[in-house]
Amino acid sequence: MSNEIMSELRKDYIYNLAIKEERVDGRGFKDYRELVIETGIINKAEGSARVRLGKTEVVVGVKIQPGTPFPDTPDKGVIITSLELIPLASPEFESGPPREDAIELARVVDRGIRESGSIDLSKLCVEAGEKVWMVFIDVHVLDDGGNIMDAASLGAIAALLTAKLPAERYGLGTDADLPMRDVPVAVTAALIGGAIVLDPSIEEEAVAGTRMTVISNQEGALSGMQKSGTAPLTTEQMNYIVDIAIEKAKEIREKFLEI
Amino acid sequence: MSKPEKFIEDGIRLDGRKFDELRPIKFEVGVLNRADGSCYLEMGGNKVVAAVYGPREVHPRHMQKSTTAIVRYKYNMASFSVEDRKRPGPDRRSSEVSKVSRQALEPVIFVEKYPRSAIDIFVEVLQADAGTRAAGINAASVALADAGIPMKSLVSACAVGKVDDTLVLDLNKDEDNYGQADMPVAVTQNGNITLLQMDGHLTSDEFKIGLEMAKKGCADIYQMQKAALMAKFSKSAEAESNE
Repeated sequence: MSNEIMSELRKDYIYNLAIKEERVDGRGFKDYRELVIETGIINKAEGSARVRLGKTEVVVGVKIQPGTPFPDTPDKGVIITSLELIPLASPEFESGPPREDAIELARVVDRGIRESGSIDLSKLCVEAGEKVWMVFIDVHVLDDGGNIMDAASLGAIAALLTAKLPAERYGLGTDADLPMRDVPVAVTAALIGGAIVLDPSIEEEAVAGTRMTVISNQEGALSGMQKSGTAPLTTEQMNYIVDIAIEKAKEIREKFLEI
Repeated sequence: MSKPEKFIEDGIRLDGRKFDELRPIKFEVGVLNRADGSCYLEMGGNKVVAAVYGPREVHPRHMQKSTTAIVRYKYNMASFSVEDRKRPGPDRRSSEVSKVSRQALEPVIFVEKYPRSAIDIFVEVLQADAGTRAAGINAASVALADAGIPMKSLVSACAVGKVDDTLVLDLNKDEDNYGQADMPVAVTQNGNITLLQMDGHLTSDEFKIGLEMAKKGCADIYQMQKAALMAKFSKSAEAESNE
């Protein structure tokens, strides 16, 4: 991701553009690349979505099946999120078990869904202590064009919003929608020089000192945050990112995720 | 323990602290013989040891960088550090904690001084009581200084969270388990943020106030880190002059 091979000249160019308040693809600092979300693309999955964010493409599949609850939450459903950076998506990715980048992405996607309470897990209980619905969210990154974090998060929530509980298949009543009650949206900012840009492309990620992901819910409150990268942020920069991220999340939610 | 009915009564938390009060903290510098630098830290019920090795040769060799040192950070929880035995070895959580902790410390290290070498930081959590990543960073930062690694600043970390709709500093275990939000923060001496994570529910105003609270907690921890380092080195300076 951030160790993308790029000429130093190209990096300098992007860096210097940011100082002049410009971006390589002509976007404004707060503009996202073109975003396309399609749902219901995998018939075998209980919910699915394909997200194209500029040149980034991810497919998210949600599988739902009955299972045993965790002992500390016997009456609640289970969410399990995984994400792999498979070598198909970038020359930088290698096969093998997920490494820290992939683990971080999966955990932040999971955090947004879980902490916003977007799925009402208490409604996923079939029989307390014995049987609950397990929701598996699997993110497949097909093309890394930068900002996998937002694409994956959008894919996850879009897939969940269209997912059905396959109750009939397991003889547990009639199929129903997943009990959804919030729509968290992740917005990632990158720090390039002193400039803060939203939705960094792969080239911008290579130049960025740090990225900051802010996940906010329907009421404009924060559900999760993650700073990723080594450059420090000042309090002013951090507060600014939170403000613009909440605003942008609202915009994206209204435009793409209305149920 | 199950969820307490109230976390705060008459402005006092269940463990007797005020809302903006840190738990008792104790640093000990240079506790390990083999490591180049080390630090033992107790922060509330957390007990962590940090060791620093390096700058040293990089193994495997292909990881080395020709222009800077690489920094590696391994956070590990002992199987006996928590109530239910933790399966030993790395898991997804510890990988993420290691990554963000490394990135919290890397910006203050003069990595450009040691091309082709590695600075290895190991953090072992012997007893966990909420806020282990912050404790690990606090100890690791002191261990780096103890190892004589040139640094621009120390890094100090603590968490702020929300219980009973009130922001509180440095969550304890129950506040962490049953609270409404948890936000670990690490800052440099001049208040630049090198780590920030959050989960739970916070409004943007709460976030801003919480961040200031965390920064104030970190400033207090910084003074303790500095005092601990001063104490160790003035002691060794004294010993030398007596020889």
